Amino acid sequence: MASVPKTPLVPEPLQPTEPDGSPMHPADALAEGGLTVVDWLDERTQISPGLRWMMYRKVPKGINWAYTLGSATLFAFLNQAVTGVFLAMYYQPNVNGGAYESIRNINDNVFLGQFVHGMHKWGASVMIVLIFLHMGRVFFFGAYKYPRELTWIIGVVLLILTLAMGFTGYLLPFDNRSYWATIVGVNINNTAPFLGPYIGDFLRAGPEFGATTLSRFYAIHMMLIPGIMAALIGFHLYLVAKLGISAPPWLKAQEPEAAITTVEV
Amino acid sequence: MNQSEKEQYLREYSILKNEGKPFFPYAVAKDSIMAVIVMLVIMFLSMEFGAELGPKANPTTTTYVPRPDWYFFFLFEVFRVMKEVPKYTPFAAIGIPTLCMLGLFLLPIYDRSPERLITKRPLALAAGLMTIVTIAFLTVEGSSTGSPNEVQVTPPSGLTASERTAFYAGEIVVGESGCLGCHLIGDYGNNGPGPPLTHIAKILEPGGIAATLRNPTAPMPSFAGLAQQSPKKFKYLVEFLSLLH
Ligand code: HEC
Ligand code: HEM
Repeated sequence: MASVPKTPLVPEPLQPTEPDGSPMHPADALAEGGLTVVDWLDERTQISPGLRWMMYRKVPKGINWAYTLGSATLFAFLNQAVTGVFLAMYYQPNVNGGAYESIRNINDNVFLGQFVHGMHKWGASVMIVLIFLHMGRVFFFGAYKYPRELTWIIGVVLLILTLAMGFTGYLLPFDNRSYWATIVGVNINNTAPFLGPYIGDFLRAGPEFGATTLSRFYAIHMMLIPGIMAALIGFHLYLVAKLGISAPPWLKAQEPEAAITTVEV
Repeated sequence: MNQSEKEQYLREYSILKNEGKPFFPYAVAKDSIMAVIVMLVIMFLSMEFGAELGPKANPTTTTYVPRPDWYFFFLFEVFRVMKEVPKYTPFAAIGIPTLCMLGLFLLPIYDRSPERLITKRPLALAAGLMTIVTIAFLTVEGSSTGSPNEVQVTPPSGLTASERTAFYAGEIVVGESGCLGCHLIGDYGNNGPGPPLTHIAKILEPGGIAATLRNPTAPMPSFAGLAQQSPKKFKYLVEFLSLLH
């Protein structure tokens, strides 16, 4: 044998290098790797122009804290979604030995169960307060006027759906309070002119208030309404970004002649 | 708004918008601070008040006084008030809220004036404030006046001032205690399984009424607990019943 070949059979993997060929610091290499992943995703989704449009759009000057109420409502909604998922892991929509006991179990045994349950319960109240405050801000600032009429109309639908969430959720613990309040609520719906009996029938899932009523309320509460709400919130926010957030009504634009010089187009 | 007003608005808005700041990070920062506050408030409420669970639903009880969550108190109150005019109840219960929602829904359609400053929109200002005051009033009323189960009997004439106070206070206690599930008082409550109490003072002395409440025959529940926890309420209850001649 003359001499052993110097190159190993398996070539060493390529190391990320600086432009001059020297090896990279591991932290830099990691950042580089992250960027590569982002680039890969963006090349396929082409999402970055949209994100840039969303994030770097301008908001008029004079925006104050009252303008944060919409996103605070959104945040409360997300809180409901997340805590709701955890509750759904333990909840059983079963009238005879299920619903009430499973909530008991959440409160008494599950780790942090009562805390999460409480966050869901009080989060609902907080969301209602915030949605009304947000609506009040929009009303008193005249922000529902041209061109934002549709944003308002979708908002009203969101308000109704939020109240419907409160109504359907109230039955789920199936204690005396929720049971009787829901009976009264359904009966009120029932007495409505024309559609009343149909609404009542639909909510009760039959002529009697029973086992199917609870599963029906549960399905409406955790799938139907949240799904519609998520879609409508998306549309609401798209309109907000597209039309721009309204300027505070007390601000007046400068005379166009004077302003033209300061505006870069 | 006519076409030229619309164009005028868009022109002014684009100027104001251009003078503004980018959404990220300026608006995002404020929104995030607000989100943290909301989170802390929710966590505080949860830790402070928890999520207590009442007794399990009992479809056979008729004494339970239904209470909705606080944000439906105003609806409850509308319903309760309208119940006194039975002919209009259906329209009131659903009709009034529906009309209000419709009014809200169509707001941008019928309010087309270009003015946005609230101090120059006297009608909108008045309507907005009126709505807030009305909802707040109905919510407070709805929270204090028990439920649709409450009683309102006209007091007999010739009462002293203190008897009158006791009468009205007792009326509220009767509403709260769910007596109407089993008893009739005037036009209120269910006829049975208990006997009507409309003229109970003719049958029983105040002492007898108190004794019945503490030590009733089944199925009537005992109210000895009430006498122990709030003797004042119990006293009003007995005085009220003793005035029903
Ligand atoms: C679960 C149903 C129920 C509830 C709730 C109830 N009662 Fe009764 N009550 C009855 C029945 C049944 C009787 C008859 C008992 C008997 O046969 O002696 C009765 C008897 C009475 C009597 C005696 C009547 C008489 O003619 O001798 C009085 C007074 C009375 N109830 C007052 C009250 C008051 C006040 C309340 C609310 C604080 C109340 N009850 C709640 C079922 C009820
Ligand atoms: C789930 C409920 C809702 C969510 C998550 C939500 C979210 C938002 C957000 C994030 C904004 C941006 C500006 C701001 O925060 O003020 C906004 C604007 C707006 N919202 Fe809502 N909103 C909801 C309900 C409502 C309701 C009930 C109404 C009215 C009936 C409404 C009407 C409007 C209007 C007209 C704007 C534009 C305001 C402007 O440009 O100044 N929204 N919403």
